[in-house]
Amino acid sequence: MCLAVPLQIIAIDQDLATVTMSGVQRQISLALTPEAQVGDYVLVHTGYAISLISPEEAQETLQLFADIDAAVEQADADKEAS
Amino acid sequence: MKQDDLITMSHGSGGSQSHELVEKLFLRYLGQPSAVLEDATELSLARGKVVFTTDAFVVKPLCFPGGDIGRLAVCGTVNDLAMRGAQPAALSAAFILEEGLPLDLLERVVISMAAAAREAGVRIVTGDTKVVEHGSGDGVFITTSGVGVVAEGISISAANARAGDAILLSGTIGDHGLTIMTQREGLQFESPLQSDCAPLNSLVADLLSAAPGTRVLRDPTRGGLATALNEIAQSSKLGIEIDEILVPVTPAVKATSEILGLDPCYVANEGKLIAFVPPHQAEAALAALRVHPLGTLAAQIGYATQEHPGRVALRTVLGTRRVLGMLVGEHLPRIC
Amino acid sequence: MSDSSPYRDPAAAQYLIGEINAMASRPVRIIEFCGGHTHAIMRYGLRRALAPAVKLLSGPGCPVCVTADHDIDAAIWLSQQPGVILATFGDMLHVPGMHSSLQRERARGARVEVVYSALDALALARKTPDQHVVMLGIGFETTAPTIAAAIKQAAREALDNFSVYSVHKLTPPAMRAILSGELLIDAVLAPGHLSAIIGADAWQFIPDEYGIPCATAGFEPLDILLALHSLVRAVIEGRPQVLNTYRRGVAQHGNQMAQELLSQVLLPADADWRGLEMMPSSGLELAPEYAHYNTRCRFELPELASTDASKRGCRCGEVLAAIIEPTECPLFGCACTPAHPVGPCMISAEGTCSAFFRYGREEI
Repeated sequence: MCLAVPLQIIAIDQDLATVTMSGVQRQISLALTPEAQVGDYVLVHTGYAISLISPEEAQETLQLFADIDAAVEQADADKEAS
Repeated sequence: MKQDDLITMSHGSGGSQSHELVEKLFLRYLGQPSAVLEDATELSLARGKVVFTTDAFVVKPLCFPGGDIGRLAVCGTVNDLAMRGAQPAALSAAFILEEGLPLDLLERVVISMAAAAREAGVRIVTGDTKVVEHGSGDGVFITTSGVGVVAEGISISAANARAGDAILLSGTIGDHGLTIMTQREGLQFESPLQSDCAPLNSLVADLLSAAPGTRVLRDPTRGGLATALNEIAQSSKLGIEIDEILVPVTPAVKATSEILGLDPCYVANEGKLIAFVPPHQAEAALAALRVHPLGTLAAQIGYATQEHPGRVALRTVLGTRRVLGMLVGEHLPRIC
Repeated sequence: MSDSSPYRDPAAAQYLIGEINAMASRPVRIIEFCGGHTHAIMRYGLRRALAPAVKLLSGPGCPVCVTADHDIDAAIWLSQQPGVILATFGDMLHVPGMHSSLQRERARGARVEVVYSALDALALARKTPDQHVVMLGIGFETTAPTIAAAIKQAAREALDNFSVYSVHKLTPPAMRAILSGELLIDAVLAPGHLSAIIGADAWQFIPDEYGIPCATAGFEPLDILLALHSLVRAVIEGRPQVLNTYRRGVAQHGNQMAQELLSQVLLPADADWRGLEMMPSSGLELAPEYAHYNTRCRFELPELASTDASKRGCRCGEVLAAIIEPTECPLFGCACTPAHPVGPCMISAEGTCSAFFRYGREEI
C-alpha cells in the first residue's frame, strides 16, 4: 500500500506533471496535490502525487543524520586516540 | 521484394513463396545467396570439446532500445556457449512467424541477426521457417541453437566453484529487463534505459587468457543476478557472500526500479557475465575485463565460502546482513 | 550499488541500531501494519540487526494478502467476460482464488493487463473504446484516493467503458481488531505514506484507547530506524503519544484534498478480509452517484463462495494478528510456499510468511 518515491516536478500541464529522477521521466497526476509547483518534490504513489515534501522538514531530518555522523566520527576518533 | 508486404500462410507452405522468402531475405543477409540449399549443413570444427545449446526467444515488444528479438536470439545462444568457455562455431535459426507480420519488420530483425553474428564472429548456417495463423503468436518467435568448441585445458561449470573464489561481475545489472518492462504499455517512462544485449564470447576469450583458472561463468538472464548466484551456490554446494555496495547499477536503472518497486538483482541481463576465479587471478581477470568495451565497469562483488552452503548472503548498503534468495514467481512492479 | 542517499547512510544506521539495542532492557514488541515496512525491514536486514532488543511483528498491512478469495474469483470471472479487459496492479497477478489466479487466466487467454497506475487504466479505456476496462481497486487509504480521482476523471469525460471493482480496505479497523486482541504490543509503527493521506492526528486513537505510543515512519532504512528509536524510548519512558517522525511527508492533518475526494467517491462499507473475520465499515465502496463506474453495478456477478483456509490447516489469522511467527505454522515452507501459497501471508512478497520464507528462515 505504500510504495511511494520522492520525485521532482519539472513541468506542469493542468493537472499532469512531469517528474524526474536520474534522467528518468514520467507523467503523473496532481489531482491529489493541486497546490504543487514546478521545482517541488512530491511523493508519488501509483502515478499520483500524494503529498508535497516539506524541504524544511527534510532538511531537519538530514541535519539530524549529519549530526549523528559527526558524533560517530568523533567517537571513533576518541577511540583511536585513547 | 514483392508486392505483398506481409507474411502470409503461403510463406510457410514450402512452395515458391517460401523459397523466395528464404532467398531474398534469410540467405541475402545470413548466408550466400548462390549456395546450394541442402537439408543439413556440414560443419568442420576446431579441436577441443564440442558443446551444444539451444534457446527459444519470445520478447514483447519485438524491438526495444538497444536491440530486438533478432539480436537477442543470436547473442543469447552465443552467450550460452561462451558461459562454458566455448567460442561459437555455428548457429541455426528457426523462425515461427505470425500471419500478418510486416515483412519490413522481419527484414529489420534478420539484418540485426546478421550484425550480431558478425560481432560474435559466427555464422548462421541453417534454419527453418514456419507460419502460424494470425493470433497464434506474438509476431515472431525465434529458436537458435549453437555449436561451440571449448579449447583444451578449459573446464568451466556451475559445479566447479571453490571456497575463496572471487566473484566478478562484468558490468551494471538490470538494464535489459527494465528496458523491456518500461517499453510495455501501462508502464510508460521516458528514460535513458537501454538493453545491454551483446555477444560475450570475445570478453570471455580475454578473461580466460588473463585468468585461465576461471572456474564458473554464468550470464544472469531470467531471474537476474540473485537467481544465477543461487543456482551456482547449489550446484557447487558452497555459500556465497555478496557486498551490495559493490554491485554496479546505472542511475536510470536505480531510479526506475525504485519507482516500480523492483530489485535490479532479479532483473534479466543480456550482456553481462558472472565469473568465479581463483583469488590469485582475480586482479588479472578484472584488468582484462575492464579494458574490453563490454567490461569497463567490471567489479568484484563477493566471494565463495564454505559457510552456509547452497545459500547466498548479502551485506546490505547499511552493513547489515540478509539472505539473497532466488526469484519466486514473476518479478513484477508493485504498489505495496 | 553504492548508495549515496543520506537516508541509507551506514554510519548513522549502525549508530541508531546500537542505541536501540543498548536502550531496551527487555524485548520491546513493535507491530507494523504495512507491507512496505515488512519489505524494507527485511531488505535492509533490520529484523536481525535489532533482535532481541526489538521484536518486530507484522500485522495485516498487505492489502493484497487480505483480499478475500471470492473477490479474486470475481476478478477472474470479469476477466473471462467477452469485451472486458481487467486492469490490475502487478501485486495481484499471482494471488490465488479458489481454483485459479489472474496469471493463470491470462495464460488461458483472459485479457489481464498489469498497470502501474489508475491513469494507465483510464488511458487503456480511451484507447480501446470497444472494450470495457475494469480496474481492480486494491489498496488502503494510500491508494484509494488515486482510484477515487480516476473515477472522478472518468465521470468528467463520460468514459463509459471504465469501471472499478473496489476491494479497498481501511487500516484503522484492522489495527483496532489486532490491538483489542490478546496480544501484548508495546508500540505501533504506522505506515508513512498512509499517514501522508490521513494525517498523523489520525493515529491518536492508539495512545488514547490502547495506551501505547505510535510513530509515523517513512520507508528509507534510516526513517524506519529513527521511528523505532523514538518508539523504544517512548515505551521505556512510559509516554503513550503519536510521534510524527516522517514530518517531511506527513502533515498533522494529512492530505485534505485526498480525504475530500475519498469522502465523495468511496464510502466505508463492510468488507471481508482473508484470514480475519468480516469487519463492519472496514472497506470502501463507490458512492451511489458513481454507480455507473462501479463494476458491481455494471455487471451481474455470480454468487461466489469463499474458502475457509483454516480448514486446510492455515494459521494466517494468527500470523496476521502477530500471535504466532510464520515458522510456528505447520504448513509453512512445506505445504505453503511462495510458489504454492495456501494463505494470504504467503501470497504477496510483502506478506509476513513470504518475507520470512525468502529472507530469514535460517540463520546466515
